[in-house]
Amino acid sequence: MTKTITDVICPFCGTLCDDVEVVVSDDGKQLLEVYNACVIGTEKFLHSQSKDRVTRPRMHQPDGTWKEISYDEAAEYSAQMLAKAKKPLMFGWSSTNCEAQSVGNEIAEITRACCDNTAATCHGTSLIAIQDIGLPSCTLGEIKNRADRVIFWGCNPAHAHPRHMSRYSIFPRGFFTSKGQMSRKMIVVDPRVTDTAKMADVHLQVEQGMDYELLDALRVAFKGEWLPDVVAGIPKEKIREVADMMKSGRFGIIFFGMGVTQSLGKNHNIDAAIAVTKDLNEYTKFSIMPMRGHYNVTGSGEVFGWQFGFPYAVDLTRGFARYNPGDTSTIDLLVRGEVDAMFTIGSDPGAHFPISAVKQFAHIPSVCVDPHLTPTTGVSKLHVPVAFNGVEVGGNCYRMDNVPIDCRKVVEPPEGMLTDEQFLIKVRDRVRQLKGVA
Amino acid sequence: MATIQVNLISGRSIQQGVAIEGGKEKPAYRTAAGIIELDPSDLKKLGAWKNTNVRVTSDYGNVVVKAVETTQGPHPGLAFIPMGPWANSIIDPNTYSTGMPTFKGVPVKIDVAINEPILLGIELVQKLCGVK
Repeated sequence: MTKTITDVICPFCGTLCDDVEVVVSDDGKQLLEVYNACVIGTEKFLHSQSKDRVTRPRMHQPDGTWKEISYDEAAEYSAQMLAKAKKPLMFGWSSTNCEAQSVGNEIAEITRACCDNTAATCHGTSLIAIQDIGLPSCTLGEIKNRADRVIFWGCNPAHAHPRHMSRYSIFPRGFFTSKGQMSRKMIVVDPRVTDTAKMADVHLQVEQGMDYELLDALRVAFKGEWLPDVVAGIPKEKIREVADMMKSGRFGIIFFGMGVTQSLGKNHNIDAAIAVTKDLNEYTKFSIMPMRGHYNVTGSGEVFGWQFGFPYAVDLTRGFARYNPGDTSTIDLLVRGEVDAMFTIGSDPGAHFPISAVKQFAHIPSVCVDPHLTPTTGVSKLHVPVAFNGVEVGGNCYRMDNVPIDCRKVVEPPEGMLTDEQFLIKVRDRVRQLKGVA
Repeated sequence: MATIQVNLISGRSIQQGVAIEGGKEKPAYRTAAGIIELDPSDLKKLGAWKNTNVRVTSDYGNVVVKAVETTQGPHPGLAFIPMGPWANSIIDPNTYSTGMPTFKGVPVKIDVAINEPILLGIELVQKLCGVK
């Protein structure tokens, strides 16, 4: 007999869908089917069952082969590497739970490491803007129940957050939005006619990299002042139409993504988007929210925040936390060649960093803690496979609207495999011994 | 056949999302992310059939990917490579003191490279880093 586990949390994106159902074998060792999740989430659950999975730590040999070692040996190598390094970097954290992040931060403090999460390549610039001018935000539940103006700016949830629109932002029938999508106006701003844009009431096909100009033009249009004929490729009549549409709503929300955070202008684009939100609150109620990618990147920012005071790009090399993006941020540290050991967990910088940064950590002592085979494991000295978070181990994580949710364990990991937290505790205890910390 | 100049952006596609969860060592990852999505008018200017291997070159490197016709267009003059090692071989690593590389808005030129192979994801990164 199989068992169906309900209300499972999906550990793929920041939407953290909590209505997934998973069918497991009677002994709880095999995951057989997944219901309700999107195609990416389903693949994540099912991939944990693949037969070719690596289940023990491996050292990269000079001839390109791998040698299997025990978890104790792996912890010893990691601890020695971190203890000896002058400026170790501990990067990732976004696909692991808050409990493991907290243990990792202890290690970082003892070894005086730089630590950073994947906000480095997604919403890091949003965090800078939030520190600059604040963030009038809300929860996804409020959006479901109240929002009648939904703006997706530089994001493509149809591809990146596949169930976002059906669970929270466009289709659900909420308390004050009883007609579902008919109760809402959807505006998409994107230089491509994305699959999200095709569903929109209005699509502004902005010239790539001209988001700041368009946001500023909207602020002018709210006040009814003079506009040039065309701004960022959009005719002024269209800008005024959208401005009126935004002002006439009862509750609006701007979701923004990589289109604004990664284009030139970066944090200043978000500054402008937040200023638009602030302006709109003179006419109606408006909120703004970053579309966070990894399922627990928000949680990593929270844990860094409450333990070190800063949400990413934290430098502990002087024995206290410093934060100065551009100086203490991962990509800059790597490209400048300042790092002499790299510890990666719960992310894949090998695939998602510019190659000039990857080249730097490919030639220094490095550990990658990841259940998958990735470009990062391919260039790391030590690969430590662990149990899948959110599938084979539970733990706390934060949704994109900063709501903490407990993930559920649905299936047993392969015999003898450790979780992120268990492995980090081994490393922490050994680092304490090496550094003479009680 | 000609060389064309376009503005490159990278980002998520759902096929890329499925492929990374299915295993980055597999050919499916290359099929999903080792591509460049071009507007039909740009493909015409390039003088290439759909699904031709092309070399994409920026100031920061070059990479061979498959040129496919965009499904999220029209966007003439704009090209899209899904996030991953292929895109990151050529994007602009400058962060301008924000910590964030410039993943979107990189001027690139594209040439037909019909006989050049597209490497697998892990293979590509290992080769560029000089690691076996």
